Amino acid sequence: MTTETASGPIEGYIQVDPQVTVDDGVAVIECQSVYYRQLNEAVRKAFADGLKTVRLLNVNGQRYLGTGIKGKDLTIEVHGTPGQDMAMLMDGPTLEVFGNAQDGVGNTMNAGTVIVHGSAGDVLGYGMRGGKVFIKGDVGYRVGIHMKAYEDLRPIMVCGGKARDFFGEYMAGGLLVLLGMDSQLDGPLVGGYVGTGMHGGEIYLRGVVESWQVGKECGIFTATVEEMEALRPVLAEFCTATGFDLDTVMSEPFTKLVPISHRPYGKMYTYL
Amino acid sequence: MCGLMGICDQSGTLMSGENAIKAMAVQRDRGNGLGGGFAGYGIYPDFPDHFCFHMMYHDVAAKEEAEAVFDRYFTVDLAEPMPTRPVKGIGDAPLLWRYFLVPDEHKLASSEMSPEDFVVHTVMLVNSTIDGAFVASSGKNMGAFKGVGFPEEIGHYYLLEEYAGNTWVGHNRFPTNTPGWWGGAHPFTLLDWSIVHNGEISSYGINSRYLEAFGYKCTLGTDTEVAAYLFDLLLRRHKLPLELACKALASPLWTEIDRMPAEEQAVMRSLRAVYGPGMLNGPFAIVLGFNGGMVALNDRIKLRPLVAAEQGSILMVASEESAIREVLDAPDRVWAPKAGEPVIGRIKGMDWPIHGDLHLSPSEISCAVTGVEDTCETTVEVN
Repeated sequence: MTTETASGPIEGYIQVDPQVTVDDGVAVIECQSVYYRQLNEAVRKAFADGLKTVRLLNVNGQRYLGTGIKGKDLTIEVHGTPGQDMAMLMDGPTLEVFGNAQDGVGNTMNAGTVIVHGSAGDVLGYGMRGGKVFIKGDVGYRVGIHMKAYEDLRPIMVCGGKARDFFGEYMAGGLLVLLGMDSQLDGPLVGGYVGTGMHGGEIYLRGVVESWQVGKECGIFTATVEEMEALRPVLAEFCTATGFDLDTVMSEPFTKLVPISHRPYGKMYTYL
Repeated sequence: MCGLMGICDQSGTLMSGENAIKAMAVQRDRGNGLGGGFAGYGIYPDFPDHFCFHMMYHDVAAKEEAEAVFDRYFTVDLAEPMPTRPVKGIGDAPLLWRYFLVPDEHKLASSEMSPEDFVVHTVMLVNSTIDGAFVASSGKNMGAFKGVGFPEEIGHYYLLEEYAGNTWVGHNRFPTNTPGWWGGAHPFTLLDWSIVHNGEISSYGINSRYLEAFGYKCTLGTDTEVAAYLFDLLLRRHKLPLELACKALASPLWTEIDRMPAEEQAVMRSLRAVYGPGMLNGPFAIVLGFNGGMVALNDRIKLRPLVAAEQGSILMVASEESAIREVLDAPDRVWAPKAGEPVIGRIKGMDWPIHGDLHLSPSEISCAVTGVEDTCETTVEVN
């Protein structure tokens, strides 16, 4: 990070170029002390060179990994702790994190799959409009905020642990699932203000919620057998990716939250 | 958007300032080079009982004027330029000096103030009446090192890797509402309280008016200043237990209060009524450092990130988990603190400068609000 030179001022921060090696068709990039800009350029270059898999080692805090990358057959493996806005605007690749993720995973993501074998932070899937985000552990505040759907695009997010307040806030479309199974958090399955301002999409919670936890724009229902069957393929894919047992996941009743209005704030700024 | 960190070795073991620099360097992109800073505790073992003033002067006239104040009210046992080294990216530094001071016995006696109030009075006097002189810190065995630049640049500028402290806080600034200048960088300090803050205090106006009534003058042009003075008021002067001070600053929402048991409801309603103008509104994550430990706190709906970790006796908090991973090689536990719930590091064997502790019983909390002395006495020290 710093080097003192014999003469002249020292550098506050040195941007190191990443070391890239190709091993059996996989681009392996050593990320220690590499700035996010050089790192993301190296990832793009590896894909431009025709490689299909990039393995990032010793990632710590580098932002925007996988951001804007297009292509269904591409894979990014992240070993370490990726920084903010991972998989932002990502369009097709599979991005797998062996560690915890920070805030803003899947921001405005378009297509592809994100798998996090750990916990993740706040504001996941912000404005997400397609693809899948699977988080094995706990998630923070404002998860699934303003997820949306468009024609055949339907974003899916499944979280294996517990969540804090504002889960599915302003949700406009897609599917958001919370299982509460692999949690380090004390307290209830989910915090308060669940689905506040929700006007599209569906939220499924494995367990029950009190009415005070749920925004007044949501209706609270117990998931029916048919709805659970419709959910099964999504949960099966999540279980395969994260190692949970599908039968155990499906052994508890789920709560379903759906909006009761398409325009909850339609009259907020109008005179009646 | 800003970045912050705090680290406290609860065994009292000293850590190099390099740890704080590393944690902030990883979070470089949370700031924009217009403010970086640190505070370290236990860093002046040769002068543990002196009030150490870190000063910033725009010119020699300001320095002379401030030194006249120090000479008049204190015994100056050491005055020296702050050790710095040239660092690429750091320019236009003010004159930086530090002073190890003991309040003048006669002046202190005739002021009828405690030594701490005497120092607070001096800080307010210098900041508000001497043009171009600013107190960066004024506590015992601690100091703030701050300026305009990225935090890793500022840290190396002040040679922080040569200091050893039991507690460090650090900050990376992205000024949005107020100017980026040397005095406006974080941490903000008073006595040995230091505050680093990510967010905005939208209640700055009402908070600063409230503080003025208690003799605090907000002169540094950054909202965070009020948080440092509020903690001084609530913890040192009003002797509020830490838990209550945190609840006064990040009050539970009324809807949450409605769901509390009756006794707790009454306490929280009183607290919000008494300290309404002291409540910090707006998004924030803050770390409060002091001799004896640190406290990290979020606003009540977690509008700014905060992650915490423990490794052995070390407690660390930061805006991003990556900052923790950069410093701690194998944390025993990493978690995201709940909104409005403080994370506390407390150094074993050191005096806890805070009246009471967490986990008070409702009656103890109630006595702190109502001020019934006999039960309050028993809450001073909880181990």
